[in-house]
Amino acid sequence: MLRYSLRRFLGAIPTLFILIAVAFFMIRLAPGGPFDSEKVLLPEIEANLRATYHLDEPLYRQFARYIGNIVRGDFGPSFQYRDYTVTELIMTGFPVSLRLGGSAMLLALLIGVTAGSIAALSQNTRVDYAVMSASMTGISIPNFVMAPILILIFAVYLGWLPAGGLGDGSLRNLVLPVISLALPQIAYVSRLTRGSMIEVLRSPFIRTAKAQGLPLAKILLRHALKPALLPVVSYIGPATAAVITGSVVIEQIFGVPGLGRFFVQGALNRDYTLVMGVVIFYGVLIIAFNFLVDLAYAWLDPKVKYS
Amino acid sequence: MTVTRLRLSLSLTLTALMLAACGGGGGEAGSASRGAPVGGASGQELAAAQVLRWGNGAEPQTIDPHRGEGVPGSNIQRDLFEGLINEAPNGDLVPGSAVAWEISDDLLTYTFELRREARWSNGDPMTAEDWVYSLRRSLDPKTLSRYTFILSPILNAAAVAAGELPPAELGVRAIDDYTLEIKLEGPTPYFLGLLTHATSFAVHRASVETHGDRFTRPGNLVSNGAFVLDEWVVQSHVKLVRNPYYWDNANTTLEEVWFYVTEDQSAELRRYRADELDITYTVPKRQMDWIRENVSAEMKFAPYLGSYYYAFNTIRPPFEDNPKLRRALSLAIDRDIITREITNAGEIPAFGFVPPVNGYEGQQMPEAAWTQAEREAQARRLYAEAGYSPANPLRTEIMYNTQEDHRRIAVAIAAMWNEVLGVEVSILNQEWKVFLDTRRQKIDTQVVRNGWIGDYNDANSFAELMLSTSGLNDAGYANPAYDALVHAASREGDLARRADLLQQAEAVMLEDMPVLPIYFYVTTRLVKPWVGGYETNIMDHHRSKNFLILEH
Repeated sequence: MLRYSLRRFLGAIPTLFILIAVAFFMIRLAPGGPFDSEKVLLPEIEANLRATYHLDEPLYRQFARYIGNIVRGDFGPSFQYRDYTVTELIMTGFPVSLRLGGSAMLLALLIGVTAGSIAALSQNTRVDYAVMSASMTGISIPNFVMAPILILIFAVYLGWLPAGGLGDGSLRNLVLPVISLALPQIAYVSRLTRGSMIEVLRSPFIRTAKAQGLPLAKILLRHALKPALLPVVSYIGPATAAVITGSVVIEQIFGVPGLGRFFVQGALNRDYTLVMGVVIFYGVLIIAFNFLVDLAYAWLDPKVKYS
Repeated sequence: MTVTRLRLSLSLTLTALMLAACGGGGGEAGSASRGAPVGGASGQELAAAQVLRWGNGAEPQTIDPHRGEGVPGSNIQRDLFEGLINEAPNGDLVPGSAVAWEISDDLLTYTFELRREARWSNGDPMTAEDWVYSLRRSLDPKTLSRYTFILSPILNAAAVAAGELPPAELGVRAIDDYTLEIKLEGPTPYFLGLLTHATSFAVHRASVETHGDRFTRPGNLVSNGAFVLDEWVVQSHVKLVRNPYYWDNANTTLEEVWFYVTEDQSAELRRYRADELDITYTVPKRQMDWIRENVSAEMKFAPYLGSYYYAFNTIRPPFEDNPKLRRALSLAIDRDIITREITNAGEIPAFGFVPPVNGYEGQQMPEAAWTQAEREAQARRLYAEAGYSPANPLRTEIMYNTQEDHRRIAVAIAAMWNEVLGVEVSILNQEWKVFLDTRRQKIDTQVVRNGWIGDYNDANSFAELMLSTSGLNDAGYANPAYDALVHAASREGDLARRADLLQQAEAVMLEDMPVLPIYFYVTTRLVKPWVGGYETNIMDHHRSKNFLILEH
């Protein structure tokens, strides 16, 4: 197990390196630079700017410098938000995204798995149809439509919840963005759970359990749930990485300061260091979550063993 | 699935959501009471909480006044800092950190008497040395300012900014602790106005030197305005609180000022409707009808110092040496339709380039007085004279930066050209940074979208754009007569003669028609009825110290 983990860790290093290299050269290939604006820069000041950020060096040298800095944990200053370093920006954005995204995923798991299981148990009944049509609605209404509707109802008309911002960070500020983030996830998770649960419930070992006269709850929780969760887990790993690194749509609509906006704003502003920082951060999270998914597999499925 | 079932499932979802919302909401939720009259019985009673909340557009790039760029940052800087000169709510220039000033007879030396009671927000006294240090820092190429041109009228400023002279050679000196002298390169009638710009603000030397790039952080920033920085959450808000050391603190009413990042206009409007914002940055154009019907009393729309126009690429065919064709295209568009149906916020159809500014009579194309039908007839004549016909139509391309309103205008103009003249137009959009590059190169472009907001309230802020040497002259316009008039104006000390020179220049330019004026901007803020002290002005500059919150 330990050796497996170590191997995975070492295997992640080339993956990350390739990711960094591709992202580094891609963003520099994009036309327009970080200092282009409508105002024309004096040549002297532009030269100073380029020198300050080492953009005057040959590209390979910039890359080597960048890799060297990353190894030391320095992601450099943001080109756009000139009072901040990239590390500072990620560290202000990530906790917010983690809180919103983490709550949304938790909600998605709880509600999605429950609803999916219920639907599977009552396959082809009204309950099943209700759950599935609700989840279909959740999948097909994009959150840039759903979120404004929720805000209009609960913030503008009813005045129960804030329309935007994090305020003091209390629960009432989180409710609407978390729900908006969670709805499509609930929908996916419930559909996945239902499908695999139906399959599992038909398998011989469940039939055996039923034949032995075990109570339904016990069959479900003890025997059916774990194998039924396999496809859910493989979905939820990368999805969690995506959701906790922020959704630009939700962040803009609710005016919350998460990580997602940095990615989009960074790309639009050609904020090389910020984009790179977020890409690397995201890459590391994806790798980590895929690893966690594999570990979860071993726990859920006795056939999977790592040695 | 039947309709009833869908409805059932929808209502189930909604019920679940409401339950979740209630659970999280607790008992404290609730929008502001709307029953009581604003301002209480007298109409002037102040609210208990003197807190003003601005929608402020994008995240500011920095709040270092010498490195700032962009409107959101400037709005915050105006509350944190105070220049030598200040602006009244209506835009008039009033004393700021300087109480009085004298201008020499040759108009080249300004001597400022500084306010003796002025203090930094940590209690340090402010002296002339602070201003000398700050103006030098602002122009020092090491500071990496992008706005050095604002201070270029100061003696040696351009050479200092270009690194040719050391900052100490700048024409600024402290005569004594409370007397500051600034020498200019030439008479600059708008110079006092430039001193309201953030580039000229003073920064606290000791904290800049101690904290370096981090001097703008809450806790580090020492400033001299009516408010001090209390909190800065990137992509969320900047919170300011009252500065007890501000010389006019006794007349400040607000305790807190919040600037919220509001990138999404529809989201901003919803937050405004939920009473979470007192003033919006702008409004979503798509919802103008709703706004007019429901909150028309809160619309503070007013002329803004900005010009929206298209530039013809005058250094490439077909527009090179072809003023008749350029004029034909300019006359063929119906500006009223664009401002009424597309921009829809009271923008002013433009037949000239310079928007309404102080002491200047904006020039117009002579055809401005005609009816649209007459203009179109003339457009057809000129189009034919330029050698085009239905059999041999002009094929051209409009390029704009990706944005919904720009797209709608481009589509409308393409349709108007096609309908009136039979021009075959393709429209193309590019993402902003790519667009800037393409537009500046003037190789692949024929007609490009352009817009300019004046940096200072003077016609020169627009006139200098079209100089043949200007890096912002995306038309590639080069007329020695125009250049000569604008340069003569910059040397002219007499205000009336100077205005006359600039007006002549604009008239020359409109005759050549390197650009196609479309409309003059308006500011489109919504302001809650309980916000006292709000006045519109052409620069859209506001200082929260003039505001108060009425009982509501």
